[in-house]
Amino acid sequence: MKQTLPLFIVFGCGFFMIIAFFIPLGGFQDVSQTFENWYTGVIAFFVFVGILNLVRVNTERIQKRTRDWQYSIILLIFLGIMMVAGFFIGGREGRLFLYLFDNFYIPLGATMFSLLAFFVASAAFRAFRARTPEATLLLIAAVIVMIGRVPVGYWIWHGFPSLVEWVMNVPNTAAKRGILFGADLGLISMALRVLLGIERSYMGGGKE
Amino acid sequence: MSWNVGVWIASLLTLAIYSFLYKDNPFYKVAENIFVGVSAGYWAVVLWFDFTWPNLFEPLINRGNVISLIPIIVGLMMFAPLIPKISWLVRIPLTFTMGVAMALVVTQRIQGEIFPQLQATFLPLAGVSPGVLISNLLIIIGVIATLIYFYFSKEHKGVLGFGAKLGIWFMMIAFGASFGYTVMARISLLIGRVYFLLHNWLGII
Repeated sequence: MKQTLPLFIVFGCGFFMIIAFFIPLGGFQDVSQTFENWYTGVIAFFVFVGILNLVRVNTERIQKRTRDWQYSIILLIFLGIMMVAGFFIGGREGRLFLYLFDNFYIPLGATMFSLLAFFVASAAFRAFRARTPEATLLLIAAVIVMIGRVPVGYWIWHGFPSLVEWVMNVPNTAAKRGILFGADLGLISMALRVLLGIERSYMGGGKE
Repeated sequence: MSWNVGVWIASLLTLAIYSFLYKDNPFYKVAENIFVGVSAGYWAVVLWFDFTWPNLFEPLINRGNVISLIPIIVGLMMFAPLIPKISWLVRIPLTFTMGVAMALVVTQRIQGEIFPQLQATFLPLAGVSPGVLISNLLIIIGVIATLIYFYFSKEHKGVLGFGAKLGIWFMMIAFGASFGYTVMARISLLIGRVYFLLHNWLGII
């Protein structure tokens, strides 16, 4: 029961959806659409579980007074404020929620990601050594794209922007397309393994 | 200089994050934890209002669609591990979402990616200018060479070895281009933040 029922669900739902894709009849499409709606609704519960876990872990840190436990208080306070603002004070379009979004979430997110510019630059400084022909190609392509996308590139040589366009549209597209084919075929074969119950690791361990 | 409290908050948080460039410090840790808390809260609200409410609860509460109780119960089963006796029930939402997701992968990848990309690779080699001909040839050769590199059923020797080598060259150019593109995207974010500090906050520029 604990093993068979989940396998029956994955097989039944999965193959029904695939069959429905090829049968454009009202009944099939309606059920398929309902499954998709349920799926998008249920998927949010995964995030809710994650948030519950975040609360649990940080509460434990505060209770046990582990290292840097004070920061967990800040995390929980801001999580609480954001959720109260979103759920009870004006909803998604509420003033407080939007205020927090504009003045906390957006600047912090943008700054966090911009911080990577420094680390990427320092990593490139160490990794970009033209030791082999392959590494040289990588270096040249990266330099062309970087220089060609700033005004100084155009100032050095007017053809730089066009060259960047060509690198992105021709050799880059060719390789990405090859990788995409490989990844998609791998993904499809993995999907079939999951639907047929050959691949079960996602269900986790535990007793049968 | 701005007198807007929001701008001051955003600016100080920006500086707190950048303080990590010197070394890990309490200002950075405060900003980091605020970010985690605010992000988690934000996504909880967005997912509820965009996905869970309209797809599960709205049909039940506003339209009396009792069948919506099924996905709600399935979703609530995600919390089953909290009760060890019924923890195995978590497999039901997991398998339901995996079943639907995998079916979508099979159908959408074939229809939305493999076929259109394959179609886009069949490029004209006649009746085009020499420049376009070279570009089209390079795309066709590049796709085939990259695929050869990922073909592991035979040893990469002879023609296959040359194809794989060519595939590596194409991939190196692609990785380099992607790297350059990513760097520039991050730099533009950095410029955006510096501009915010100097323009919106300090009003220098």
